[in-house]
Amino acid sequence: MRVSIDEDGCVGAGQCVLAAPDVFDQRDEDGIVVLLDEAPAPHLHDATREAAVLCPALVIHLAE
Amino acid sequence: MPDIGRVVVVGASAAGLTTAESLRRGGFDGLITLIGDELHLPYDRPPLSKQVLLGTWEPERTAFRDDATYQRLDVGLRLGATATGVDLGKRSVALASGDHVPYDRLVIATGVRPLKLRQGHDLRGVHVLRTVDDALALRAALAGATSVAVVGAGFLGSEAAAAARTLGLDVTLVDLAPVPMSRQFGDELGGWIGDLHRDNGVVVKTGVGVNRLLGDTEVTGVELADGTTVDADVVLVAIGSTPATDWLESSGIPLRDGVLCDSTCQAVPTVYAAGDVARWHNERFKVDMRVEHRMNATEQAMAVAKNILGDPKPFTPIPYFWTDQFDAKIQAYGIFPPGSTMTVAQGNPADRKFIAHYHHDGDLVGVLGWNMPRELRAARALLTQD
Repeated sequence: MRVSIDEDGCVGAGQCVLAAPDVFDQRDEDGIVVLLDEAPAPHLHDATREAAVLCPALVIHLAE
Repeated sequence: MPDIGRVVVVGASAAGLTTAESLRRGGFDGLITLIGDELHLPYDRPPLSKQVLLGTWEPERTAFRDDATYQRLDVGLRLGATATGVDLGKRSVALASGDHVPYDRLVIATGVRPLKLRQGHDLRGVHVLRTVDDALALRAALAGATSVAVVGAGFLGSEAAAAARTLGLDVTLVDLAPVPMSRQFGDELGGWIGDLHRDNGVVVKTGVGVNRLLGDTEVTGVELADGTTVDADVVLVAIGSTPATDWLESSGIPLRDGVLCDSTCQAVPTVYAAGDVARWHNERFKVDMRVEHRMNATEQAMAVAKNILGDPKPFTPIPYFWTDQFDAKIQAYGIFPPGSTMTVAQGNPADRKFIAHYHHDGDLVGVLGWNMPRELRAARALLTQD
């Protein structure tokens, strides 16, 4: 699994961090998403998919 | 998995599309039909009052998915199709075209429609904002205008006022309530939102209603209840919305300011609702609620898809919503009922960087962050403690 994000569309909701804290974080100043792991290990795949679905700005893209 | 062949989803926006995608992700391999009355491919609405109005995004960018994705998902899109009724006995949805679409499970996700003023709505230059076509019409009107009056200072009106002011127009924001967004967050916090707008050059006229819109064929302004007038080339009416349930009135599906559902988002057996149109009992807060916010559309649709495919579970979210106005990113978790007590828990409103707590009947029911996204996410945990 490869994860990419469209930072420009991010609204800083932080739903991705709630769903997959090992894969996503937020910048301090504006809450914009920070991708911690572009190629998460298999045990993180479900949580990463959940994050992609929950993102209210749909800026998390997965290539599987 | 129950024996279901056909799921019909009426409403092709965030909730409807998420229902379809979640059904597929959950392993459903039957027919899915997604019916929407607009001609556009399903698109996202929050950017309409922000990036699209500002012109920083072209409308195409709001599309959720491309054509190929719908084919891959094997979702039958029926766009430009208006549902006119449901026959619960025959399990079919009637369309304006005369077609009948049979279902085994029906999901209602028709959202809301903007309310209009009783007078003056036909004048040229008077707008509402719900669809991408509305946003483009308003954007075009603003491009040729020098002044705009926004009637209604809720989420939509306040955001649109900020966008119009950012575009350089003279903006007047009008609301009957004492401060902007007081219905959403109370008078003290709303006062700070009013200050934000004033500091950015918006004329904020609150605590006063609208008598009528002025003009013969083209709007020229707004006459307020105190007798004063606001000159405006463009008027945006953002006075709230009403659930799009008129097509269900004789169906037998229970309606009460939305489609009335149980705690699992089921209205009657085989019929569910999700998104802005759905009223359900949230067992976490022990209240019936209907949430007109983007995050709920996704979460509720995911819950409905799971409940269709498996053992129904109550949908008990902590609602999340946000608004962007000028340099303020305001985010909130929970509920903010009238009569709540707000206290600043962290930071300082004077710095426009703070966290507020809302208590109701002694319980912490909501947390709100103003330019403090990370800290707010931490504060959310307070709402999950018993």
